[in-house]
Amino acid sequence: MGAGATRSPLVPEQRKRDRLALASAGVSFRAKVTLVWVAIFAVLGFLFWSASFDNGWIREHIGFIARGLTFTLIMAAGGIVLAITLALVGALGRLSRNPIAYGVSGFYTSFFRGTPLIVQLFLFYLAMPRTAQNLLDKFPNFLPTGFDDFFTWNAFQVGIVVLGLNYGAYMTEIFRAGIQSVSHGQSEAADAIGMTYRQKMRRVVLPQALRVVIPPTGNEFIAMMKDTALISILGQGIESMELFRRAQLLGNADVRPTEALVTAAALYWALTAVFTFFQSRLERRVSKGYVRTVVGGPKGRERGKVIVTGTGGGGAHGAASGYAVEAPDEFLDVGGHAHGAALPTVPEPPEEPS
Amino acid sequence: MTLTAGEAVVRVENLHKSFGDLEVLKGIDMEVDRGEVVVIFGRSGSGKSTLLRCINFLEEPTMGTIEVSGQRIEGGHRIRSKRDQIRQLRMHCGMVFQQFNLFPHMTALGNVMEGPVTVKGLQEDRARRLAVEVLDRVGLADKAEEYPIRLSGGQQQRVAIARALAMEPDVMLFDEPTSALDPELIGEVLGVMKALAMEMHMTMMVVTHEMGFAREVASRMAFFHEGRILEEGTPSQIFDSTQFSETRRFLDAVL
Repeated sequence: MGAGATRSPLVPEQRKRDRLALASAGVSFRAKVTLVWVAIFAVLGFLFWSASFDNGWIREHIGFIARGLTFTLIMAAGGIVLAITLALVGALGRLSRNPIAYGVSGFYTSFFRGTPLIVQLFLFYLAMPRTAQNLLDKFPNFLPTGFDDFFTWNAFQVGIVVLGLNYGAYMTEIFRAGIQSVSHGQSEAADAIGMTYRQKMRRVVLPQALRVVIPPTGNEFIAMMKDTALISILGQGIESMELFRRAQLLGNADVRPTEALVTAAALYWALTAVFTFFQSRLERRVSKGYVRTVVGGPKGRERGKVIVTGTGGGGAHGAASGYAVEAPDEFLDVGGHAHGAALPTVPEPPEEPS
Repeated sequence: MTLTAGEAVVRVENLHKSFGDLEVLKGIDMEVDRGEVVVIFGRSGSGKSTLLRCINFLEEPTMGTIEVSGQRIEGGHRIRSKRDQIRQLRMHCGMVFQQFNLFPHMTALGNVMEGPVTVKGLQEDRARRLAVEVLDRVGLADKAEEYPIRLSGGQQQRVAIARALAMEPDVMLFDEPTSALDPELIGEVLGVMKALAMEMHMTMMVVTHEMGFAREVASRMAFFHEGRILEEGTPSQIFDSTQFSETRRFLDAVL
């Protein structure tokens, strides 16, 4: 950096920028990001205050609206359990050489990805009971009584099933990609010690696919929590008293629609933010065996880790590129440097003086 | 399965294997007796690896018969009932891959215990004792709790050997076990393999280019050429008095 001293008097502008860059390098990335968030919230707060919302109304009714979160959570939880089950079965079907399994899973993903979610909701809520009724009228001798009642569902049941079916279809592709990301060598190693197909999937392939599948599944779950708001259009019954419905009805009744909408948005956001936090923790847990953790040091868990990507990648040689490493001791050293990188270092000047 | 010395552990009869139009194995006949170490060598593409992979049915033979520890399976068309026979046969074969293929989500100990617990149904604590013992034999008892990613290539391959040994196989198949290793790590793996042969009298089939190992450890060597066994003999017969110019040329190239 000795060169900088000689040329800086010539270009004062440059020198100023250098100093700024130096000072900036002293502040951690995390602190900077925090600052950006604080700024955004300051702007939002100003807008909020300027728009003169009825804060008293919000405070009074936020509890009632928030109780709709229970509905959101139960529906999304039910939906995601169904979706994961379907996605797993669907993915195994898509990877199967059995024509029935392949065909059925192909139809399933094609239909539920090929029609809008809102159309599917109405199909199951309105068209399905009507169809069942007509079938019963046509074949009264073959179908049991109550056949039509069995296919008449309330908005809550339709919500869970349709969300599960719809998201399951999308997640089938996620799961298929996850399973295929496990290298062929893993499968051969499992075969070679005499595992059955089931054992191989349960013990070797799926646990590794899970690591790949968890982040996108978390995204799907967050998206699904938001899509529960669609159930509100299915009717006015008690089962439709989900968060958005509550906000709408209450806001319209009290002529506070804007306050109600802002409240609803804030609540959905808070919910997804909480879930995102848990998702990232879960992600860290399943990357065990892929992350070389550096022991000790401040925030060592955060900064010192190196995530090895490309395990598998599909090819037969994936295993080698994935986690064949040099001596661990050497790695520890690298981790140390990673720590060092967070310390203020002198950056290169942005441009060369002419 | 108890076998007396001199009895064949592996029997390969008229083995053919084609990938599409490409015939990789053109009729292999081979027997490996208990305690024998057979080194298989030859140019790449000569069918050495394919032979090993056919023996434990990672590749389905196009034609021919494979017998391991009395478990006899006809190659050719796929039939459902063959699946269980193949699994039985595989439990008698330990396989060590060029790329190790350790399970990255399990510790070294977990990798070694996996077969005994999941496949053989051994109790957890008994499997653990067995796994520690086997890991000790490959010199890695102190790495039992490490995940593969924290191990060097040589250590990973030794864990892979331990994983295969824990199934107590009648024959160990080594598919270029040192080809993916840095030169300074090859020795430790060959050392473990040598100990297996010399001290445990393990029956072994080894595809390798390590001719030093072959000379020292092999009881027999087989030179593969264009899908056939061109020449078979003791190391001294092969190294010192081969009759075939192909063998001679290959040896000159690798020695």
